[in-house]
Amino acid sequence: MGETLIRAVDGVSVEIRAGEFVALLGSSGSGKSSVLNLIAGLDRPTSGSVVVQDRDLAKLSREELAKYRLHVVGMVFQSFNLIASMTLAENVELPLRFAEVDRSQRANLAREALERVGLRARMHHRPSELSGGEQQRAALARALINRPQLLLADEPTGNLDSHTGTEIMDMVRQFNRELGMTVVMVTHERALAERYAQRMIFLADGKLIDDRAITASVADLREHGGRQ
Amino acid sequence: MKIPDLTELALRNLRESLLRNSLTTIGISVGVASLVAMLSLGIGLRQMFSQRLAKSGLFDTVLVTSRRDLRNFDRNDQHNGPTPGESRILDEAARQEIERLPNVLEAYPDIRFVTELRYDDKPHLTTISALPSSAKANDAFEGMQGDFFSSETAPEAILQKSFAAELLGKTSAPGAPEANVAELAKPLLGEELIMRYAQRAPAPSQPLPLRASEAAPVDDSLAGAAYSVISREQKLKIVGVSDLDPESMRGPTRAKVFLPLKLAESLHVMQPTDLREISRAASDQPVYSSVSVRVKNPGQVQSVERAVKNMGFTTFSILDASRGLQQVFTVLFAFLGIFGSLALIVASIGIVNTLVMAILERRREIGIMKAIGASDGDVRAIFFAEAGAMGILGGVVGVALGWAIGQVINIGTNIYLKNQSFPPVHLWAVPWWLVVFAIAFAFFVSLAAGLYPAGRAARLDPVQALRYE
Repeated sequence: MGETLIRAVDGVSVEIRAGEFVALLGSSGSGKSSVLNLIAGLDRPTSGSVVVQDRDLAKLSREELAKYRLHVVGMVFQSFNLIASMTLAENVELPLRFAEVDRSQRANLAREALERVGLRARMHHRPSELSGGEQQRAALARALINRPQLLLADEPTGNLDSHTGTEIMDMVRQFNRELGMTVVMVTHERALAERYAQRMIFLADGKLIDDRAITASVADLREHGGRQ
Repeated sequence: MKIPDLTELALRNLRESLLRNSLTTIGISVGVASLVAMLSLGIGLRQMFSQRLAKSGLFDTVLVTSRRDLRNFDRNDQHNGPTPGESRILDEAARQEIERLPNVLEAYPDIRFVTELRYDDKPHLTTISALPSSAKANDAFEGMQGDFFSSETAPEAILQKSFAAELLGKTSAPGAPEANVAELAKPLLGEELIMRYAQRAPAPSQPLPLRASEAAPVDDSLAGAAYSVISREQKLKIVGVSDLDPESMRGPTRAKVFLPLKLAESLHVMQPTDLREISRAASDQPVYSSVSVRVKNPGQVQSVERAVKNMGFTTFSILDASRGLQQVFTVLFAFLGIFGSLALIVASIGIVNTLVMAILERRREIGIMKAIGASDGDVRAIFFAEAGAMGILGGVVGVALGWAIGQVINIGTNIYLKNQSFPPVHLWAVPWWLVVFAIAFAFFVSLAAGLYPAGRAARLDPVQALRYE
């Protein structure tokens, strides 16, 4: 019993439907990132289970978990996590290399994905030559390249100013609506969650505090209606 | 991941920390270079020696004599097979039969006789021997002045240096420095010698009448075995003077003057064996005291010897000495290889170090790759590919470096040898298999070095790796 087990997440039971946009809220250390890592298959629960599309992640082998991360999950991080030594195009097509997609197809898919986030002109630049917003857009393109059903975002606007943050969030919402991707977003900004998510889950000290649906706000409706 | 992708990723990662990876790769290159240098020195030395030995004719030659000589080299042979009196005669038919044995290049008779040569109207007595045209390649004629025989039948002679000195009346006292061969040759080349010899000619049809009371009636089969001995003269042109002694191994029976083989055969010089075999051989069939058999390579000497012995002759070769020499070279080769590999082993520790450092630096990158779907195997493969790429690059550069070092030493050695007035040698040999072997060896040693770092990178926990700043 030498090692103390820290219960980052304890007894949280949540069910997320396909196509839902869920925000995980809580202060730092509340366990919201741990929940996200569990869903992402980056971490395994010491007890309990994480079931995604009828497979229990807790029971998958390391190899199967990698496959799951590759094909089912797309991830976006607060610090973008692009590989500094690679150009945007190379960063975006990296998951395709792991998926052993043909070279000729890869270039097209990467170009398309970058086009979708409006970075086609910058595809041969390295991340350090881009603004934070551009980097996060590239990270979104990378998350989308394998056409995952699940987009996991860990404080995606945390390192961005409010204007670029809005730009990124609009894109995430667009993917949610147009591509039918299920989105789980970790944030500590309640306003952001209320504006974009359909449901808010509150965590504190690794425990579930509240789980409530958001009725579409007037502002959202107006914006949504205006666009269509 | 696919191999081309892996290679591409590995090379780009190597470029990222160019200095460190270059230094590591140079380390491997030096290791490979030392291995290549050592092994090619070993190969070169072995080649040089075996070429020398082959050229000297000592190790690929079997000397065949008849048991009827009663001069057996091997006592065991005396107890097996037919008695000397019953065994075969070493005549032209036997020579041809030996020449037809597998792996035999040629079998030529040893024609040698002691006779008188006149030069400048003074008589000189010496041993003369005949040489086949293949003897031209023999080491003993290195440094010879003049030329080898223009043809197998040309009336030409090559003199050994000491006999040339005798002809010129310049015999030096024992212990005094030997005269320079070029000086001896200058007045002699192109000059004429007159050789007096005893020719064996077919007998007149009627042998001398014998008195019946003195001898038993002779059986008819001996009628043809009679011949006459006629004194003859043959003019010879001196075409060459040899510096070394081509027959040093024969000791006191060595010849000082050499004639082309076919010429010597056509002269029908009286041979000592002619007397012994007078009752057996037909008069037109020469009988040889010994036949030299040249074998394709030293490895086949034993089997040829066995075949010749089965024909009922006595054989002699210096095989055992060459076998011992091969052993020495194998040991030398192993030692050179071990010392050469040491540097490569040290360099492989450099690979381990570089890759472990790279893992620390690229922790976050590994975390990202795992988060976006890289499996443990993918991460391991990337690091393996980097180790392998360093190995192959280092191997290629190292082979080139080793070859260059070899060339430099080769040139240096030859300049030194030239200054010491020795003939140049090819000390260094880099055969293609050594190139392939060295690069493959560097590759596998590097992969082995990558085993631990790659495993460590693969096991990295992505959550921790991503948290790391």
